[in-house]
Amino acid sequence: MENFINRIFSKEPSSADQAKDRLRLVLINDRTDLSSEALESLKDDLLDVLSRYIKIDPKTMRIDITREGRQQRLIADIPIAGPVSRKY
Amino acid sequence: MSTKVLTITSGKGGVGKTTATANIGAALAKLGQKVACIDADIGLRNLDVVMGLENRIVYDLVDAVEGRCRLNQAMIKDKHIPGLYLIPSAQTRDKTAVSPSDMIRICDELRKDLDWIIIDSPAGIERGFKNAIAPADEVIVITNPEVSAVRDADRIIGIVEAEEKSSLQLLINRLNPEMVKQNNMLSSDDVVDLLAIHLLGIIPEDKGVLISTNKGTPIVLDDKSLAGQAYRNIARRILGENVPLLNLDKGSGFFNRISSVFGSGE
Repeated sequence: MENFINRIFSKEPSSADQAKDRLRLVLINDRTDLSSEALESLKDDLLDVLSRYIKIDPKTMRIDITREGRQQRLIADIPIAGPVSRKY
Repeated sequence: MSTKVLTITSGKGGVGKTTATANIGAALAKLGQKVACIDADIGLRNLDVVMGLENRIVYDLVDAVEGRCRLNQAMIKDKHIPGLYLIPSAQTRDKTAVSPSDMIRICDELRKDLDWIIIDSPAGIERGFKNAIAPADEVIVITNPEVSAVRDADRIIGIVEAEEKSSLQLLINRLNPEMVKQNNMLSSDDVVDLLAIHLLGIIPEDKGVLISTNKGTPIVLDDKSLAGQAYRNIARRILGENVPLLNLDKGSGFFNRISSVFGSGE
């Protein structure tokens, strides 16, 4: 009974929504040939390079691939925490 | 009007390429166009049985390519609709028997006498698909509202786009409006949003399609069939007419079907 009630009130998205969400990710991977692991390591590398110039909190950095029609776009949102203290 | 070569392809097998080829060909011929449908699936001949012409084959595409017959000897006249022809594939040969340049040569020769050449592409992205795409002026990518078919359609669209073929349109086949309403099937809007190409038409799931294929008769000849109506509308769109999409959301009850066939004046 509890199960049944859970199912009725569950927040599980409809199967059509699941299909669409899964396809969205799969198509981005297929089109860019970039897996989510590769995207993570891209993010790490980017963080390394940027950190030489500016101070970044890795937790606030966001990097995503979005679609505009059949065009993919890499969007990076990187809040700057402050300047890197440099030695002169 | 100059002759157009229209290739129907999908990536995934079993989504309805052959049925779409037979029905779009039949619907265009019914509108007075002179049409040849070419089965480009060498080794897995199928368009002949779907069109109901399997007993009339003497020569096939490979015979014509290799010069064992004249091209018009491989053209089989349809038994239902005047102006419709089939060029069957070879059943016993392998897919390397025909090359993309052979297909271009064959289509160029056919252009003299026809309005439309419709090529039924094999599944996959290999030789047979490349043969089917090579002579195309227009490409129709057909898919089902289902994850694997949509994914493969996206791959195909990417490949065809890279070849810069003139026009690329989407045909969604076997859409079940009832399941879409219950949020258990991707809607046509979902599929169009994911694939981001122009939608040529939607064919609703219809038991009549299998029944007409069993008989070797195109569903476009069935005036009461919603799928037949959808194919007839698609043919008119291909000819440049502005025909609105069928309203499939009215449900699939008998009364609704009748009203959507007659009500909208399409």
